[in-house]
Amino acid sequence: MDDLEHELKAQRLPSGPPHDTLAGVTERAEREGLVDVAYTTVDSPMGELLLAATPIGLARVAYPINGHDAVLADLARRLSPRVLEAPARLDRARRELDEYFEGRRREFELTLDLSLTKGFSRRVLDATAAIGFGEQLSYRDVARAAGSERAVRAAGNALGANPVPVVVPCHRVLRSGGGLGGYTGGLDNKRFLLGLEGLTV
Amino acid sequence: MTVLPPFQAVLDEHRVDVYRYLAASVGPVDADDCFQETCLAALRAYPRLRHARHLRAWLFRIAECKAIDVHRGRARRELPTDDLPDRGAEEAWPDSQSALFEQVRLLPDKQRAAVVLRCVLDTPYSELAHALDCSEPAARRSVHEGLTKLREGAHRWTTSSTS
Repeated sequence: MDDLEHELKAQRLPSGPPHDTLAGVTERAEREGLVDVAYTTVDSPMGELLLAATPIGLARVAYPINGHDAVLADLARRLSPRVLEAPARLDRARRELDEYFEGRRREFELTLDLSLTKGFSRRVLDATAAIGFGEQLSYRDVARAAGSERAVRAAGNALGANPVPVVVPCHRVLRSGGGLGGYTGGLDNKRFLLGLEGLTV
Repeated sequence: MTVLPPFQAVLDEHRVDVYRYLAASVGPVDADDCFQETCLAALRAYPRLRHARHLRAWLFRIAECKAIDVHRGRARRELPTDDLPDRGAEEAWPDSQSALFEQVRLLPDKQRAAVVLRCVLDTPYSELAHALDCSEPAARRSVHEGLTKLREGAHRWTTSSTS
């Protein structure tokens, strides 16, 4: 390497794009309709939640134990690779979740995009979405409401794969005997949500 | 089926180098705009990629197209590269307006891209070839030719940079 090459390497360049420039990319991408999946992370009493929305509506709420990077990779594969951190689209979901955790909201008024689930699973989620604050159903109740009373295990699986926990309240589905059952965010979080709604299990 | 990572992950991984590449290639006045154009063009084309190999080189190739647009625009306007940014930007841009970079920016497109990627950003030749869309020997040649041109003009920038 000679002097010229040393001098080229020694040139100091900016350490990266300024914040405003990056924010401009996100803003322009949104305006041009190039963001198929927008996401952000929000603080909650259960840790940092990942929220993701398509132009249709909220498509994903994920817990830390789901692995945010893994969830984003999954969304890129199943919905679209045009996944961008664009918090503005999630403003309303963030606000409603905050209100819910602070005890100031009992139901969500968010448009959902449930295109990640189909068929029976979708019907299980629809039935679950109808369970009110502080109420609870059994896995069998939900299976029946989805059109197949005997498919209790399938209903459990569908709830375990609920892409929008908390908002579609799968934590309100318990075992027939009153047992906790399972939960996509871990049983501690299920207990926490039930406690928030005045139930102890 | 093609599995592409989330675009944000690609951007996070490479945005610093893409920005530095543009800073060196087009200078402080146009780098921000050029960077945004690069990201948007990449985002537009992203779902059509057939594989996720060489994403970094792919981004550099798009950035280079945007840099060429800037240089063509300048040539059309017959403006030299003397439109300096304001005071604040000058401080944030240590050497990007150095006499040496001024000379680099005057190189033919391919040589400029080759010299910046190789000598400023340390890009391996295998990746350089992908970024320049040519063979590895051709990439080496472009670097060599660019450096030779800079050496020929060396007395100009060494005298002016010490003034």
